[in-house]
Amino acid sequence: MEDIKLMKGNEAIAYAAIRYGTDGYFGYPITPQSEIMETLMAEMPWETTGMVVLQAESEVAAINMVYGGAASGKRVMTSSSSPGISLKLEGISYIAGAELPCLIVNVMRGGPGLGTIQPSQADYFQTVKGGGHGDYRLITLAPYSVQEMADFVALGFDLAFKYSNPAMILADGIIGQMMEKVVLPPYRQRKTEADIRQESPWAVQGKLQDRKVNVITSLELDPAIMEENNNRFQAKYRKIEETEVRCEEFQCKDAEYLLVAFGSSARICQKAVELAREEGIRLGLLRPITLWPFPKKTIEAYGAQAKGMLSVELNAGQMVEDVRLAVNGQTKVEHFGRLGGVVFTPDEIIAALKEKLLKP
Amino acid sequence: MELTEIIKPENQVYGKPRLMNDNPMHYCPGCSHGVIHKLIAEVIDDMGMEEQTIGVSPVGCAVFAYNYIDIDWVEAAHGRAPAVATALKRLNREKMIFTYQGDGDLAAIGTAETIHAVNRGENIVIVFVNNAIYGMTGGQMAPTTLVGMPSSTCPYGRDVALNGYPLKIANLLAQLEGACMVTRQSVQTAAAVRKAKKTLRKAFENSMAGKGTSVVEFVSTCSSGWKMTPDQSNKWMEAHMFPFYPLGDLKNTE
Repeated sequence: MEDIKLMKGNEAIAYAAIRYGTDGYFGYPITPQSEIMETLMAEMPWETTGMVVLQAESEVAAINMVYGGAASGKRVMTSSSSPGISLKLEGISYIAGAELPCLIVNVMRGGPGLGTIQPSQADYFQTVKGGGHGDYRLITLAPYSVQEMADFVALGFDLAFKYSNPAMILADGIIGQMMEKVVLPPYRQRKTEADIRQESPWAVQGKLQDRKVNVITSLELDPAIMEENNNRFQAKYRKIEETEVRCEEFQCKDAEYLLVAFGSSARICQKAVELAREEGIRLGLLRPITLWPFPKKTIEAYGAQAKGMLSVELNAGQMVEDVRLAVNGQTKVEHFGRLGGVVFTPDEIIAALKEKLLKP
Repeated sequence: MELTEIIKPENQVYGKPRLMNDNPMHYCPGCSHGVIHKLIAEVIDDMGMEEQTIGVSPVGCAVFAYNYIDIDWVEAAHGRAPAVATALKRLNREKMIFTYQGDGDLAAIGTAETIHAVNRGENIVIVFVNNAIYGMTGGQMAPTTLVGMPSSTCPYGRDVALNGYPLKIANLLAQLEGACMVTRQSVQTAAAVRKAKKTLRKAFENSMAGKGTSVVEFVSTCSSGWKMTPDQSNKWMEAHMFPFYPLGDLKNTE
């Protein structure tokens, strides 16, 4: 019997985290994602699975709690929204530099600054181009449904542990707040200390007699060794780019024109594709699920056959740069977006398509 | 009597702690860090907690503490050690967790993390080395730099009108319900070292007994930053630091 529930995307994250066997959640309230911690606190998983849930004094403290928990090999996560993620970037850089696995959720809102509490996708650059200091990459998953909010908790943790790298679920206020039916994942056991010592031999769990000390650090003063460390990170990133790209194609095979969109924008674009096809425009949609690694090859391949692409984003034009790099001049690539928390309609997308690509 | 007859295990009266390794220390001559490291290594060993202890090192002179004491360590971002330690302890309740932080780390950039970890009563030990200066970055003013005391960013002495007052953060922490022990110690004499070790052990025992947070401040010297010889530094500390940061327990819940 499937466990089907009706809930918000934020709530789905919380339930999926408990069921995944997450060891710890550390967060600080911020709209539009506060339901994640509220749901966890109401569920009291410390009495069932043993999961620790703690409201930290700041986003900065919360991400450093994640750093400490991850250092001990535990499955730990945090969540926030755009201004709070900016505060976490120091910690995220340290976590990436120390090669620790963890899950971070960003339910984006409009910026810059305190901005608005309405949905936005303006943190694309911040997430996939760095954000914090140094050459690091965040595995970035972009859910477009409440179901994917639930599913990407497991996927994010699995990828984070597979590559010893932080992973981020990059959602937005629409996905976080909207309610849909969702099939919750099955319960999994939390790891025991013996599991951790075996599966994550680097973790700080106390130095037993039979091994050397474990030190979790991102510091290395010798530039030659630091370069080696960076080369190791880069080799890992190339491997992730080769093996972990996820992208969904929606009516692309016969398409003359393509929309490229992620998250809630892709959801709206699906409707735009339907409406355009009713008008006789052969339109398709490419939906990057992983924003990093970015589906360069798929987009490059479609770039060779499409008459034009429209990158549809709730920002001033961020992912469009990666689409253009992938297409590499093979076809025309334009951007359409709304800013500051305003969300486009399918009709506006079709109007933009006509204006920017179909006009003779 | 030949030397070989004297140098025997049964005649040994003092030795390097077992958990201190042979890595050459980067600390300057006369620095208090070395003695405090030694005390921590001894206490962990005395308690038989080597396999259960995780240290959190700071940003500052003690950033490399993990190079000298053979236990598992996490190197935290500047000021964030109490947050890192919070999660380590909450997720690993049977482990013994401590942070090791300097005055800039604990009382400037990490003030929020420190106050809130102590206020939550995290079952951790916070070792706080207060030498009233930023040693690692080259002798800049610290939150604990005394009024009139020179540093590279207050070369004519700390001016209250410009920089405000030195922060007695231990007094502040002692007010918090979550703290079970807040104490000021020093390590400039043999007697002080013996007393400090006893206090440190009590702090670690508190953390394992779940009594709340123990904060052990070490009023310390920085010969290089203060531009004095080690001997002058100790005398200056006794004459100037101790009156402002008096030694002894600010809180000690039995």
